[in-house]
Amino acid sequence: MKRPRKLKAARAPREAGDGRRAFVTPEGVDLRLQVGAYVDRLGALAIDLMIVGGVLVALTLLILATFFAAWRSHDELLARALMVVWLLGSFVLRLGYFIGFELHGSGATPGKRIMGLRVIARDGRRLTADAIFARNAMRELEVFLPATFLFARGSGVDGALTTLGGIWTGVFVLFPLFNRDRLRLGDIAAGTLVVKAPKVKLLRDIAESAPVTLNGAAFSPAQLDAYGVKELQVLEQVLRGGDRRTMAAVAKRIRGKIGWEGPADVPDATFLNAYYAGLRHRLETGLLFGRRRADKHDVLAQEKT
Amino acid sequence: MAELQLKSHRFRAEREADWRRLERLLDRAQKGGLKKLTPPELLDLPILYRQALSSLSVARAISLDQALIDYLEALSTRAYFFVYGARASLWARIGGFFRRDWPGAVKAIWRETLAATLITALAAVVAFGLVMREPEWFQSFVPAQLAAGRDPAATTASLRATLYPVLNGKEGLEVMASFLFTHNSQIAIFAFAFGFALCVLTVGLMAANGATLGAFLALFAQHGLLFESVGWLMIHGVTELFAVILAGGAGISIGSAVVFPGERSRLDAAMHAGRRGAVVMAGVIVMLFLAALLEGFARQLVQVDAARYAIATATAAIWGVYFYAPRKAGRAAL
Repeated sequence: MKRPRKLKAARAPREAGDGRRAFVTPEGVDLRLQVGAYVDRLGALAIDLMIVGGVLVALTLLILATFFAAWRSHDELLARALMVVWLLGSFVLRLGYFIGFELHGSGATPGKRIMGLRVIARDGRRLTADAIFARNAMRELEVFLPATFLFARGSGVDGALTTLGGIWTGVFVLFPLFNRDRLRLGDIAAGTLVVKAPKVKLLRDIAESAPVTLNGAAFSPAQLDAYGVKELQVLEQVLRGGDRRTMAAVAKRIRGKIGWEGPADVPDATFLNAYYAGLRHRLETGLLFGRRRADKHDVLAQEKT
Repeated sequence: MAELQLKSHRFRAEREADWRRLERLLDRAQKGGLKKLTPPELLDLPILYRQALSSLSVARAISLDQALIDYLEALSTRAYFFVYGARASLWARIGGFFRRDWPGAVKAIWRETLAATLITALAAVVAFGLVMREPEWFQSFVPAQLAAGRDPAATTASLRATLYPVLNGKEGLEVMASFLFTHNSQIAIFAFAFGFALCVLTVGLMAANGATLGAFLALFAQHGLLFESVGWLMIHGVTELFAVILAGGAGISIGSAVVFPGERSRLDAAMHAGRRGAVVMAGVIVMLFLAALLEGFARQLVQVDAARYAIATATAAIWGVYFYAPRKAGRAAL
């Protein structure tokens, strides 16, 4: 049926549930992007629609005012010209707003920027203008068309059609929920992907300030072999979180597990810091020799030491 | 073990300055655009980007500092977006679009265009015949269009309101004209987007559009105005109808790509057809703009039937040559 070479490559390295997606740059490095959450995207769309709607209402009011002035003075040509301006203006605004902003370097409309999202090409190449056009032209079908269905009640359209519009909207609006990459129809047609593009600060390395020994006592290799990478990262989170009660509990667990007999008057934070540094050193040395100990249950990696 | 020296820590200490520099450059570029960067900085950016990428690869292999890896992932991603973001000079892009991309894309979907043309023509002939024989059919084409999913808000009331005055005199013609323009540009976009629903709705739209055309002409024909009405319609209609047919062709190409993806995966095929269709559609909107200009000005100024026919023929020839004449340069890179 299909030749899923590309798809397979995109799916294989993804862990379940963390919403990340393999994304290989042309240089061959996997960036593991965070797929934009559905809620975020709805929020972004709502913001954008409010902006477009606001401008449209302003434009309409302005033109209506001029239109009635023209009507009263029987200036038919001006009235007709205004109608054309309104039709073209609203059309250009509706399509141009999204395309214009997404074409601009940052790849995001104001709504998306507020929600920390941006559009990229799914294949990792440059985001092209035609892709942006395609994904936004599809929006006509997904959002604007059903919207006209829903608001059409006043003009003699029967309820069945409105219901149909509702179902239609439901199908397309919920469509992103049924695939892992949260693709809407426009994303499929354009080969694009909406991802979360957060800004992360470089935190200091907590192993840097760690004491090597605790009042003269150091950890033995056996004590450092108690845990693996997973526990190390949990410990990192605990240390960065800095919550005293959690640290006390964790320190107690570790002391019990490794059978710590060194000085007991060391503060929990210092103890944990030192243990973190020692454990990381041990595990990273293992990494350099090609042994990655995933967690404390992973004994295979330890066999040789 | 006097001093605990982590290799990952040394690794970080050696490269941190470069990461920070890249981060600063990105911050500035994001705030003020490329113009804020000096030429040497611009040259450095891709180098720093590749350095960050390589740092990320190394860090994943040797470092267990999760915060560091998170930072490098985010930094590389930001830099990647910047280096590979959509960016080209607007004029170069517009030039390339009209010189190469648009005609290339239109040419590439000639089969689908032909299909859309035949469907439209067939529907027009059928509707024409039906209305000629039985004028009541004219009304029945309007609900039929609604069923095909066209915008009912704009039509039901306004369509009837605008169609009937047409027969009374010259006054109503402009109302119908401006109505037809919005109606057609809407149809064009829907025809493209509907293609995704396995062509069915696009074909329906093409048929509905053709039927409307046929019904209109039949109405005029019954009043002995066929020749005049064709001239009145075609002076801009050549451009407008061609645009709508191209949009239908683009829609059909997406639908058929989804149904018959061929060598590619379905998702891939949809993407290629979607992008190519988007190029066609961008041009279709330009065509509809031109059609509106012809409609607004040329038709008001040119009142002689022969001149109208001449303009219609000329536009048909221009579009035909522009799209389908063989070209020296390579086709669109899609």
